[in-house]
Amino acid sequence: MSDNTLNNLPGGFKGMSYDMGSDQTAFKGVQWGKVMMWIFLLSDTFIFSCFLISYMKGRASTVVDWPNTSQVFSLHVGDVPVPLLLIAIMTFVLITSSGTMALAVKYGYERNRKMCAWLILATAIGGLTFVGMQAFEWSKLIHEGVRPWENPFGAKQFGSFFFMITGFHGTHVSIGVIFLFIFARKTFRGDFDTGKKGFFTTMKSDYVAIEILGLYWHFVDLVWVFIFAFFYLW
Amino acid sequence: MDETQNKEQVNSTHKIGIYLWIWGLLFVLSFFSYLVDWFAFQGLLRWSLILTFMFLKAGLIMAFFMHLFWERYALVNVLLWPMTAIACFIALMAAEAQYTVFTRAFYFFVGG
Repeated sequence: MSDNTLNNLPGGFKGMSYDMGSDQTAFKGVQWGKVMMWIFLLSDTFIFSCFLISYMKGRASTVVDWPNTSQVFSLHVGDVPVPLLLIAIMTFVLITSSGTMALAVKYGYERNRKMCAWLILATAIGGLTFVGMQAFEWSKLIHEGVRPWENPFGAKQFGSFFFMITGFHGTHVSIGVIFLFIFARKTFRGDFDTGKKGFFTTMKSDYVAIEILGLYWHFVDLVWVFIFAFFYLW
Repeated sequence: MDETQNKEQVNSTHKIGIYLWIWGLLFVLSFFSYLVDWFAFQGLLRWSLILTFMFLKAGLIMAFFMHLFWERYALVNVLLWPMTAIACFIALMAAEAQYTVFTRAFYFFVGG
């Protein structure tokens, strides 16, 4: 989001002090909805951090061995157990959907309505696939006797952290999928080209909304990067 | 849609190549972090590799997919400095965990 007047402003840290001290809009060239989404994501970062930090504290302070995630989350291909197979596929699906979302934002700003809409739809389907695989993983673990208060693999805290962290992330993905489907429909219909008013608002639709939705979706992917590293791989 | 706004936003798009590059890199990095588990690296090597790949992936997503690389410093700094508070919290809770496990081990195995 840069125009000629923005390019004339000082950049870097000098630009930061200029923007903050300008006694006007602090975040120049950033649409207000985008700032609001960033602030929401910042608060969401803190929530996920609290979950992951409590997981760290719980895991580091138990005297019982932590379950071996590599084995707990393995899938059998034929007779061979492949460690973390489902989780790896889920990771690749989510990254793929993040890539299609990034391209959707690009094509949105280029006013390429059809391409943008198809890419949003692809993102939604990717997200739906992810949630489906997570549901499969949950039911598999529940079937094997994992509960928030006990599990057959090791430290009892494992279950509560697993359900809480992946559940909260899965909720975010599900909400994102719903919004992606809504936005795919809006884009196909041409709301962002005609500036049609939204359902809950009197403001005109604009392609910047797709970038804002994209920020949320990339954030969901970003959180998964941390969950994948700390919960599944560590 | 008026012409000036249209023009402004067309200027703001980036070449498709950069997105495809980042996308590819994310795949490769994810594959590498999966390999860490596949080859069952243990100890310091495992943790440092996991963290390296994790921060690289997070950085790429934030910088390019979330466009922070192109945003002005006013926004970038407002978003990134609060992370130091999280780092402090992690340090505090890590210390707390050490103490908890020490007291547990002491009273479980040595007795009060």
